[in-house]
Order: sequence, then structure tokens, then C-alpha cells
Amino acid sequence: MNQRTSLHSLHLEAGAQMVEFGGWDMPVFYTGIIDEHRSVREKAGIFDISHMGVFRIYGSGASKFLNFSLTNDLAGLIPGQAQYTIACLPAGGVVDDLYLYRLDQEDFMLVVNASRKERDLQWLLQCLKEHGFEQSVTIEDRSDEEGAVAIQGPCSRQILAECLKFSKSEMDLKSKMTSMTKNHLARFKFEGESVWICCTGYTGEDGFEIVASRELLPRLWKGILSTGEAFGISPIGLGARDTLRMEMGYPLYGHELNESLTPLDAGLGWVVAFSKEDFIGKSKLKAQKNEGLKQRAIAFKLLGKSAPPREGYSLLQPREGGDSETTGMVTSGTMSPSLGIGIGLGRVDPRSSTIGNRIEVAIRNRTVLAEVVRRPIYRKP
Amino acid sequence: MTLPEDLKYAESHEWVRVEADVATIGISDHAQAELTDIVFVELPEIGKQFEAGDACAVVESVKTASDIYSPIGGEVIEVNEKLVDQPELVNQSAFTEGWFFKLKITGFSAPDSLMTAEQYGEHIS
Repeated sequence: MNQRTSLHSLHLEAGAQMVEFGGWDMPVFYTGIIDEHRSVREKAGIFDISHMGVFRIYGSGASKFLNFSLTNDLAGLIPGQAQYTIACLPAGGVVDDLYLYRLDQEDFMLVVNASRKERDLQWLLQCLKEHGFEQSVTIEDRSDEEGAVAIQGPCSRQILAECLKFSKSEMDLKSKMTSMTKNHLARFKFEGESVWICCTGYTGEDGFEIVASRELLPRLWKGILSTGEAFGISPIGLGARDTLRMEMGYPLYGHELNESLTPLDAGLGWVVAFSKEDFIGKSKLKAQKNEGLKQRAIAFKLLGKSAPPREGYSLLQPREGGDSETTGMVTSGTMSPSLGIGIGLGRVDPRSSTIGNRIEVAIRNRTVLAEVVRRPIYRKP
Repeated sequence: MTLPEDLKYAESHEWVRVEADVATIGISDHAQAELTDIVFVELPEIGKQFEAGDACAVVESVKTASDIYSPIGGEVIEVNEKLVDQPELVNQSAFTEGWFFKLKITGFSAPDSLMTAEQYGEHIS
């Protein structure tokens, strides 16, 4: 049987349609994907993301270990800051894409994809052992005790500040929360219990991810929903989570990322800090960078009304006076609720990957014209 | 939602209304509710011939594409052009405004495998 988060019964009460995701029974939508998507873009939405894994990594060698095991550079990351990063195999393939939170100088929290949690843990423990960090670093899987909910959307800051019920003597704390900027985190109290509030998310909107004990999550969920009611908040399922991230061009493990693709293949070269000292995968990634990529990750949008692109559809390059040639494949696709047209992510021959290039998507027995676009695919007016 | 008594239903959730030698085809209210937000309907070309059970249209929700099978054989004589700009009509009124296409029935009338409203009601319960 699939695992259930501590919010499972609340999802059922709210009438959610449930689906299996990464071994968990999760809500795919409550009222409908498009409504939920719009709610996040226009007001606010709350997401159960407590299926994701939470690791704590600490000890005198923690920063050195993480800088060696993950591709991004944490040299400039001070306590209270977070960064997107990647765990690579020595051959360069992506074990997982993760979010690293620096809680203290040598104390870190790592939030990982639900479907990759066991693999991540096994891989990090293997790195620990093989590279001599066993004495100086502890990796703790906190996933059974801690989990997160996300509040995203233009009203999320106001809702969360109200929900935390700061007293008159805590106005400095309140302004600390409301002035938090992207990729920062701090400890706050909800109903007397400590929570980590992180200014991060997967929607492109302003918002927060709140890590708390699993027992606290249902109260936090209900608290945010009842405070947010006046703002028009809605609970959001995985369906809208997917359309929101696609509009931003964010990758999803298992679609844009896997162990046989490198971060460079996935267009995540900006997460690979070649300038730092040795790290796992560095020499292979450097070689790949020098040799050039066989395919490049792109975002695209369809130029006319059509059925939306779907994962696995072929992408074609039209040739003047000749037949179109296959240039790559769609890795994620949907009808963009914000734009009302089909959008997608894919990988193509580098010659097809320039912004503005016209390509074709093979949708069943026809081809539909599309344009390679810059990320995010959707930008708020 | 009560199921219209004058329609016949397929196991794959299409409905058909037969009037003389013309069959109107759509998907059931149950099917639209399962699919949720319908964002695109690919309709067959006029003049195309189908046997009962042929894949003849595609309905796309935000998440997935689903084939629609013709419950009856015939030649396409009309499609619901409104669905091109308003695919949500299928969500709003699956049994009326949200019809997909009309066939001129070429073979026999509806196959025996089609269900009555009562039988279909049991099928989806």
C-alpha cells in the first residue's frame, strides 16, 4: 500500500482525487487543476509536500562533505540561506535535484524528491564512507518525523504572517518574516512549536515552504487555510503543481532528469560550480562541457491552437524545401492554464535549441508549429 | 446527475443518440467528471468512415489525452465546431451542448453491446 502523509485524511475530507506519486497516496486535485493553478497565480494556494524526504546533515566536516558531494557551491551560503543543488554520480548522471538549507555553520537540511529518497540516502552514505567523512559527518533521515507544506502565490506572505499570530511585542519578528527574500530561511513558532520557514517554492510565485513536525502539519494546514480563506486560498494538488512548474520551465526528476542525463544535458549548468575544488562528477562534467552537448534542454510553446504536447512526442526541425527531421523529444508537456496554449520542455539537437527557433511537435498524425522560448515560459504581465 | 433515458451508452463511456439514420455521439457526464478540465477536443474529419469501436476522436484534459471510440458505425456528417473554442462545454453539459459529432449510420442500428441508461448507471456505480 502507498504511504500516507499526516494530511491524508484532510485531503479526503476536502474531496481530493488521489493518485500514486513516488510511493505516496497524494491529492492530484481538489476542485480542478485549472482553478487551482489560477488560485496560486492570482491569490494563494497551499500544497502538501510532506511526501518529500528531509535529511539533516551535520558535524565538523558537513560543509566540506556537501561541497564535495553536491554540484553547487556553498562557499557563499551563510546560515539562514538555501540553494538549489544536484547530486551527481562520478559519471555525471543526476542522482537527484535537491534543496540545501544551511541552518548553522555545520548544520544542514536537505529536502529531496519523494521518489528518490532511498536512493539519495544510500548514495550520500556511500559518499560519506568512500571519501572518509564517517567520523566528521552525520546524516540523519528525518522524514518520519518532519515534513513540509508550501504556501505559494501573491497573498502568501500576508496569510502566513497573520497565521503566525505575532503579538505586539513580536513586531520585529513579524517584519523579519514579511521581509524574507528568496532562498532565505529562519525559525519561527506556530502554536508554540518551532518551524522552519523557507522562502522557496516550485511555482515561480512568492511563497514559503514550512518544515515542521509531522504531528504539527495538520494544525498548520488548517490554520493556513482558515486564515487564508479571506484571501481566497485553495488547497492545491499535484496536477496544478505540475502545470505551475512547467510554466516556469523547472525540471522534474524522472522527466527532465535521470541517472543517465547530466546536469548539463538538463540545462542546469548554472547549478554546477566548476570554479570550486573537486567534487563528484566534476571531471566528467568538465569533459562534457568541453566536448559540447549532443542535445540541449529547451522550453517551447505552441504557436497555434492545438492539442497540448505530451512527454514522449517527437520534436522535428523543419528544413527548407524538404521534409522535417527529428531533432528531439518532449520531456514534459501540458496545456498552460495561464497562456491557454500548449507548452512543454524537451531535449533537441543543439542546432534546434536557439531561442526563437521554430520547431514542430508531432501530435498523433499531424505536426504543430512551436517556438523555442526563454524560461520562464509564462511571465506575469 | 440523472442519465438521459433516450441515449445508449458504451462501456468506454461514450453515449449515442439515434434519430432515424443519424447518430449523435458524445461522452458521458461521468467521463467528463473523471477527466476534469477538458482543454482540447480533436474531432474527426467530415466524410470519414468508422466501424463501431474505432478510435475516432481525442479528448485532452490538462493531464492526459484519451481516445474516444465510436459506439456505432457510419460516416461523419457533422462535428460540434463549438468545441474548438469551448472545449469546456463537454465539462459543462456532456449530454447536450458538449456533443462531439454526428454519423450517418451505414450499417445496422446500435450494436447489442451498448447499454441502456439503467445498465450504464450500474456500470459506473
